[in-house]
Amino acid sequence: MHFSIQNILFLLVAVAGFGLFAWQTRKIRANILVGRDRDMSGHVSERLWKTLLVAFGQQKMFKRLTPAFLHLIVYVGFIVINIEVIEILIDGIFGTHRVLQFLGPLYSLLTGTNEILGALVVLAVVALWWRRNVKGVRRFTGPEMRAWPRLDANVILYIEVVLMMALFTMNAADLKLHGADLPGAFPISQFLTGLLPDSPTALHVLERVGWWAHIVGILLFLNYLPSSKHFHIIMAFPNVYYSRLVPQGQFSNVDSITHEVKAMMDPTYQVPAPATEPDGSAAAPTPFGAKDVNDLAWTNLLNAYSCTECGRCTSVCPANLTGKLLSPRKIIMDTRDRMEEKYNAPLIFNPNLYGKEAKHDPQEQLDRENHTLLRGYVTPEELWACTTCNACVEACPVNINPLESIVEMRRFLVLEESAAPNSLNVMFSNIENNGAPWAFSPSDRFNWADDLFLNEKTAPVA
Amino acid sequence: MAELTAKRQVSVPMMADLAARGETPEILFWVGCAGAFDDRYKRVTRAFVRILEHVGVNYAVLGMEESCTGDPAKRAGNEFLFQMQAMQNITTLNGYGIKKVVTACPHCFNTIKNEYPALGGEYEVIHHSTFLQQLINEGKVKAEGGESFKGRRITFHDSCYLGRANNIYEAPRAVLEVLDADLLEMKRCKTNGLCCGAGGAQMWKEPEPGKKDVNIERAEEALATLDGDADVLLNLQGVESTAPVLPAGSNRGGSVIAVACPFCMTMMADGVKNKERESDVQVFDLAELIASAEGLNA
Repeated sequence: MHFSIQNILFLLVAVAGFGLFAWQTRKIRANILVGRDRDMSGHVSERLWKTLLVAFGQQKMFKRLTPAFLHLIVYVGFIVINIEVIEILIDGIFGTHRVLQFLGPLYSLLTGTNEILGALVVLAVVALWWRRNVKGVRRFTGPEMRAWPRLDANVILYIEVVLMMALFTMNAADLKLHGADLPGAFPISQFLTGLLPDSPTALHVLERVGWWAHIVGILLFLNYLPSSKHFHIIMAFPNVYYSRLVPQGQFSNVDSITHEVKAMMDPTYQVPAPATEPDGSAAAPTPFGAKDVNDLAWTNLLNAYSCTECGRCTSVCPANLTGKLLSPRKIIMDTRDRMEEKYNAPLIFNPNLYGKEAKHDPQEQLDRENHTLLRGYVTPEELWACTTCNACVEACPVNINPLESIVEMRRFLVLEESAAPNSLNVMFSNIENNGAPWAFSPSDRFNWADDLFLNEKTAPVA
Repeated sequence: MAELTAKRQVSVPMMADLAARGETPEILFWVGCAGAFDDRYKRVTRAFVRILEHVGVNYAVLGMEESCTGDPAKRAGNEFLFQMQAMQNITTLNGYGIKKVVTACPHCFNTIKNEYPALGGEYEVIHHSTFLQQLINEGKVKAEGGESFKGRRITFHDSCYLGRANNIYEAPRAVLEVLDADLLEMKRCKTNGLCCGAGGAQMWKEPEPGKKDVNIERAEEALATLDGDADVLLNLQGVESTAPVLPAGSNRGGSVIAVACPFCMTMMADGVKNKERESDVQVFDLAELIASAEGLNA
């Protein structure tokens, strides 16, 4: 053990890195909690099972095999290589060198696996970069995929390569320095030693550079996450845990409306007292549906931080496929941008400063005076194109539900602004007047049964 | 041993009449607005009633007491109108002590099954695809004695409110199996099924500006599936997996796009018409196919 100024420096860097991340997480938690209350408690075992399958087990990724396979490599690499980060942390604080070597053969297995996974991660990242930038997978494009989202997607890939390079530099230099005495197995680095200088001093410096670059890189990446779609590596877990357990076709019933309708139908019905602020004063009435992010449920806001902008939702959306403006991914990305504009922005990078205007295509439709999620970001034209088919919900690998947010904004348009398309208003009044969405007389409802004949089979005769 | 058939006029039992006699039916057949008013879908309602009569199930309909479930209002965001409709229907259904509801409309099915319970309407709700599957499993319907579908090509278009909304994928396929036809799956089927374009109250409005109408996109896929047109199928959006190669077809005559939803029926029929293929491709509901195969139409 060589306790030195390096260890104190490391401790400071680690505390600063984790502290900053904790601080950023608190701000994002506050953003999510501006959403409306929704009771998601209970069903713990069902929720844990779902989290195990969908988040941990990547179940829904495997609908598309190629990206699922590439993603799995990076994901498994991330998890397994991070076991080594535990070693780096201990070594860094206590000045030990490869403290986990006491594991013996198990240590060789760990380091060997890490090296192979590290190499596979680099290959997978190259393939992912190629898919995104050369092959031009359609779902990586779209009006919402400009400026920051495009850059962010590539930055993540570059950082992953840098981290792996740091790992290999560290291992190769260490191996060349210590030779066969070095504990562990290095199936990749053993081929890299030839590329390094022979001077022990240079090797020592390189080993340190690799070591520091790896851990500082990880801490920087950690603090980059809240500004990035890559935050999904953390948020996917709570998001899947708190995802809906009811059938996808079941839309929420608005309770305040239930009370009103019950009171209309039964004058003796007691409407519960309106909500009060903690000081006893009457709370401001909440609007029907959602105009801004704080009108959405907290789970809808959690959705926005779990989105990795993969575009599976948009690529299966019947409206988007046929050239309409609606893109479920854009609704989710807009929700996050609006939260960060209105409430807390992430520390390192503020997406609001980067190409926000460019993200919206029919700019003439956007309302800059009343700059809320609805109209300021999401236009009614997008919302009315939705067929509520649940394809986006089904497609999302982390159980994001863009449909809920779309319906909440439709509710605001209809119930607060009476701003439905005219043909839908006609449909509403048909239901009110005729009990059917078409203009037919209720007295004709049973006409289908007129002159109905059946070819009746009688018992076979001998 | 010839099976004799006789034409009989059906008098559809009304719930109010049964209640007056102090009877409760085993099932209530919820007809739905499309089933009651849409000329095309009325034929599905009649086909389904023929099947109910044929198997001798104890059923009734609400007739003029039935009202829109509120589905289109709810999907369009008019929660107030939805709940008004829901409470009115729940009052009617509960008043008659209804326990089991069968409907041929996935939208009515989804709304009554999933959204009525919280408002006080708890029933066993069954879509007609599941109901027909049960009749087939019980041997009550054999799809014999009528039109033969043997060797004809049929592709089933999944309704969103049956499939993704309620995870019913196998029942309609099991019903089609009994026809002994050549069943073909579209590339975008089951959980990946493409909407017909009518859900979410789109049925009652013009689509937003775009390149194409959704039902045209879907009809093209259905027709290419029936025709075995690999060029169209390879260029479909929204699928990344490689689909099995479909047999190219020359026997186009009498191919069927099967549906299990009134709105899908309208949209797919319009799509087929748009592609000028009404002469060789027909759109039928499951109940129509079964009633026809069973020889119940008179």
